[in-house]
Amino acid sequence: MSDTAAAPPPAATRTMTLNMGPQHPSTHGVLRVVLELDGETIVNAEPEIGYLHTGIEKECEVKTWQQVVPLTDRVDYLANLSNNLCYVLGVEKLLALEIPPRAQWMRVMLTELTRLNSHLVWLGTHAIDIGAMSVFLYCFREREDLLRIFEMFSGQRMMTSYFRVGGLALDAPRGWQNAVGKFIKEFPSKIDQYENLLTGNPIWLKRTKGVGYMPLEDMLDLGVTGPMIRAAGVPWDIRKSEPYSSYDKFQFKVPTRTESDVFARYQVRIEEMRESVKIIQQAMDGMPEGPFQADAPKIVLPEREKMKTQMEALIYHFKIVTEGFRVPAGEVYQAIEHPRGELAYYIVSDGTSKPYRVHMRTPSFGNLIAMKPMLEGRLIADSIACLGSLDFVLGDVDR
Amino acid sequence: MLSEQLKEMSVVQALDAACPGAILAGNADRGETTLEIAPPQIAAVCRFLKDTQKFVRLSGVTATDWYPMEPRFHVLYHLHSLDANQRLRLKCKLPGDSPIIDSVISVWRAADWYEREVFDLFGVTFNGHPNLKRILMPDDWKGHPLRKDFPVHGHKYDYANE
Repeated sequence: MSDTAAAPPPAATRTMTLNMGPQHPSTHGVLRVVLELDGETIVNAEPEIGYLHTGIEKECEVKTWQQVVPLTDRVDYLANLSNNLCYVLGVEKLLALEIPPRAQWMRVMLTELTRLNSHLVWLGTHAIDIGAMSVFLYCFREREDLLRIFEMFSGQRMMTSYFRVGGLALDAPRGWQNAVGKFIKEFPSKIDQYENLLTGNPIWLKRTKGVGYMPLEDMLDLGVTGPMIRAAGVPWDIRKSEPYSSYDKFQFKVPTRTESDVFARYQVRIEEMRESVKIIQQAMDGMPEGPFQADAPKIVLPEREKMKTQMEALIYHFKIVTEGFRVPAGEVYQAIEHPRGELAYYIVSDGTSKPYRVHMRTPSFGNLIAMKPMLEGRLIADSIACLGSLDFVLGDVDR
Repeated sequence: MLSEQLKEMSVVQALDAACPGAILAGNADRGETTLEIAPPQIAAVCRFLKDTQKFVRLSGVTATDWYPMEPRFHVLYHLHSLDANQRLRLKCKLPGDSPIIDSVISVWRAADWYEREVFDLFGVTFNGHPNLKRILMPDDWKGHPLRKDFPVHGHKYDYANE
């Protein structure tokens, strides 16, 4: 061996680069994280997003106002109705449109069912990532019932597009009370089942307690929202602080924890499911009678019968279908409490029948920023638990 | 010019006293407050609003393209105060030929990805951003898709001369 050959650097200063994703089961979508490892410790984590970018915001600009609703379904494919709701609330704010109570209450009931759906998928996949297979199967069993309810209302299991500007697409189907009532009667005992499997489980506790801690100041600085920030001790819920769609008429608690670790986030989301059941029960018990669409003939399609018999209704129908309706110029920032955090639509109208700009401030994008500081300095085995507790949907991140 | 309603707001008064000349215009519409800020002052204004007016959260940064009007780009900052349960929108208007503005990443780290997104999709440059590169589009993408002069269905791809 010659003396001129460079000696390899000492082992302690070398790090290994590991590619996690883009196709990795625990990223639930297409997320790539470039991990730099020192032994088993993560030194640096560089997320790469954009694999699912479909240009939805650009697409919105060439659709009429009502045609945007189906696009919002496709942003977060686990919480379609929440996205529908946020968009229609924004447009209704621009239009200054009064929505009848029945539609508002239906919206509350269905978005809470959506929250259950989203939390069930989160719980199931989070548990399977950490190694608890059976919880996943139980969660998807209940999710199936929820998807059947969505299908009953809208005809679609996932891409519902049930909320429209001006109200609902259709009135509630016959027998909806039985389907929803049966589900929420049984559901609390199902949550007990999940908790039996996890909450006291020593393996689960070892994998989640004290893991992924992040101080509250960092969370606020990074713009983290939703269950994540409530698990750090802030009782901030947009349903309470800026009530929309009659949420102020419902009684429910905002669960919080102060530990700000993976286990606290788990507890907050489990309690949120219990609170959602209460909201759904209240919505069912007090469901107002009356119209399910606003009295706005220039915006809401006329009834089929009227359209066939009345000249005026036919004209409105033709106008709405061919060119859509015009929305007064202006800009709004409508925020709602999405299952994952703050969902906000920034909508700009220039007075025409198409949106000038629709920006979606999605909770997954906002929360995923916290991944890098959360992972750095931790063990690689904990990264899976941390990612699961962030609860992101890549469609929601990339739009 | 500011309306009487805006002039009475304590945030507006405090900001006007601390950063004179920063507020160019403002309006209160549909329950939302918008203040137009002079672009060179945006970082100072944000720092002031966060430190003294309790706007601890940056909800998001986005932009609109008003092509072919000038100033072409409007960069929007949505601020949120948890204590006062108040939201505030800051707007900065930038010219089409040199859309450059200071980054607010030193005020809120949350601005990191939002500013990269605006850079990626609109081509607005944020001075002082430590990692200003594309975030949603591929690194070798040409153009900025959310600009109004970018075709909705993209540019024709030249496969033959790839």
